[in-house]
Amino acid sequence: MLPERNHLDWLESEAIYILREVAGQCQNPVLFFSGGKDSLVLLRLAEKALRPARFPFPLLHIDTGHNFPEVIAFRDRRAAELGERLIVRSVEDSIRRGSVRLRSKDESRNAAQSVTLMETITEFAFDAAIGGARRDEEKARAKERVFSVRDEFGQWDPRNQRPELWSLYNARVHPGEHVRVFPISNWTELDVWQYIARERLEVPSIYYAHRRPVVRRRGLLVPVTPITPPRPGETVEEISVRFRTVGDISCTCPVESYASNTEEIIEETMVARLTERGATRMDDQTSEASMERRKKEGYF
Amino acid sequence: MQPLRFATAGSVDDGKSTLIGRLLYDARAIQEDQLAAVERASLRRGTAQLDLSLLTDGLEAEREQGITIDVAYRYFATPRRKFIIADSPGHVQYTRNMATGASNADAVVLLADVTKGLLEQTKRHLQIARLLGIRHAVLFVNKMDLVGYAQRAFDKVRVQFEAFAAPLQFQTLDALPGSALLGDMVVERGESLSWYVGPTLLERLETLEAGAERAAAGPLRFPVQLVSRPQAGVPRGYMGRIESGHLLAGTEVVAFPSGRRTRVRQILQHGTEREIAVAGDSVTLVLAHDIDIARGDLIADPAHPPREARTLDVTLVWLGHEPLRPGGRYLVQQSSRRTLARVEPDGVVRLNDIARARLSLHAPLFVDSYEDVRASGCFILIDEATNHTVAAGLVQ
Repeated sequence: MLPERNHLDWLESEAIYILREVAGQCQNPVLFFSGGKDSLVLLRLAEKALRPARFPFPLLHIDTGHNFPEVIAFRDRRAAELGERLIVRSVEDSIRRGSVRLRSKDESRNAAQSVTLMETITEFAFDAAIGGARRDEEKARAKERVFSVRDEFGQWDPRNQRPELWSLYNARVHPGEHVRVFPISNWTELDVWQYIARERLEVPSIYYAHRRPVVRRRGLLVPVTPITPPRPGETVEEISVRFRTVGDISCTCPVESYASNTEEIIEETMVARLTERGATRMDDQTSEASMERRKKEGYF
Repeated sequence: MQPLRFATAGSVDDGKSTLIGRLLYDARAIQEDQLAAVERASLRRGTAQLDLSLLTDGLEAEREQGITIDVAYRYFATPRRKFIIADSPGHVQYTRNMATGASNADAVVLLADVTKGLLEQTKRHLQIARLLGIRHAVLFVNKMDLVGYAQRAFDKVRVQFEAFAAPLQFQTLDALPGSALLGDMVVERGESLSWYVGPTLLERLETLEAGAERAAAGPLRFPVQLVSRPQAGVPRGYMGRIESGHLLAGTEVVAFPSGRRTRVRQILQHGTEREIAVAGDSVTLVLAHDIDIARGDLIADPAHPPREARTLDVTLVWLGHEPLRPGGRYLVQQSSRRTLARVEPDGVVRLNDIARARLSLHAPLFVDSYEDVRASGCFILIDEATNHTVAAGLVQ
């Protein structure tokens, strides 16, 4: 009798295979690491794929300047524990250079990340960028290949994607182009939490229930921070919340929750009636195609 | 249990999107905000009914034109199993995208409108699915509500389907009646098909064998992806995924192209020693002897070795926008190995054509017939000038 494998084994093995293909095919890859749960899963998978050697790629974070301080501290600590090189480039620098121009000081910098990201990819001449995006997150992402070619402007061309057959990934690109590689394409939010539980991965504290001042705005709980102050007429409440996704403060909202550990988060995820992004992201709700348009502009 | 990957192909007219929508909805894999977005979009478009195709068609161009252009992946799980749907386009001009969806699928779910019977397009999908190695086909005979759930109407389509599909030699072939719109025989049985005693669509999918389960019984094939140099007390190791078969510590193996034999000393998974590894497992192998092995080499079962080939007779599914250049030079990628080939087709080969060809290889490849071992019998052709993947290939 051969041993049985469960779905987490299968997902893990596929992701390891993909990471090893990047290491085998690409000259100068990089791995996006924000300190968020998906990129923490990626780092564990990279350890499993590539240790005992050091990673054949540095870690990269594009800092919007509007991040949760707990997450940034966690990011730095994790990179140091792994002994891997962390490159941080900030949207602030792009603003100073004039390549990012915001209409107002408080505008969300989420979309502006794409500019800084492309500047960084050009600076280091990266030919592959590994990210933790998942197809279950959003309908444009549901369409994307595991190895997704971006042109010299970082643009995704959804109408003309490279065929991707079997596990035969083609990472060849011309100079100036690069591939985005998504090893956890086939994972769902629930898979990620089950894997975090199985591997006993540490994640930033704001993923667990904590008390936080919020205001209710268009069905979302908006965290009250210096960057996102309450608007006139809004009432600030302090309630128990956790973040399902962690991104730029200006567009990431927590959900009401009392889940204080990974097992309780798994239970909540199993019965959740809203999607991860639907419950938490202000930027995806502007139109049916916000994500697709951002991705065409180089967004991750 | 291994997840089941299945491809669906067909057009909106057959009710494909409605079927997927129904499957996801009844399996409780659609969330309230997704449903609300579909309701808003349906209203904007002036559609009276909830248009479930808006759930599955993700690109702006797809929603504008009401067609599926590229594969969308959807996920849901039941207490028994996780499922990955590759929702693939049906139109001939997007065959290249359908091939992308079908290449990794364990099963194909096709639709027939009971009032129209089996369409030419559906037959083509069955052929491509079989060509790409899918072993299980399920036909959902849809819109049974329009014929008063008459068994005779279903039987007519079922007989047509079985006659067409029999020569394709699927391992399992099922036809079942239902209504995606009303939810009969998708997840729930409904009340209108009491004469039908077989499983619902979801019940059938829950019990189909996944490819990885089948692959474990095949001969050992372990393409080497990376070599890890000895360091920190860990000996030299060969990293890769077992694509076929299984192995134990102590198993005798042969490495290609060198042909040298040795034994597996250790199977490592993230630094931990394992006694056994099976198809689908990503592992690191430590061998008993120091032999020269690099990325692209293959570790295999010496009792059932692959075939060493300098020339290959193959079937190609042409995916490039430009036609095949007869006698032209292309890059072949098979397992983790790449070499150059001259490609001589039987005739003119254009986008979406399926054709026979002969490859003359610059360096040998170690292959199996695609029917025997899926992973070592398939390859892609890459155009060196454009870097595009221009063909899916199957070793005969």
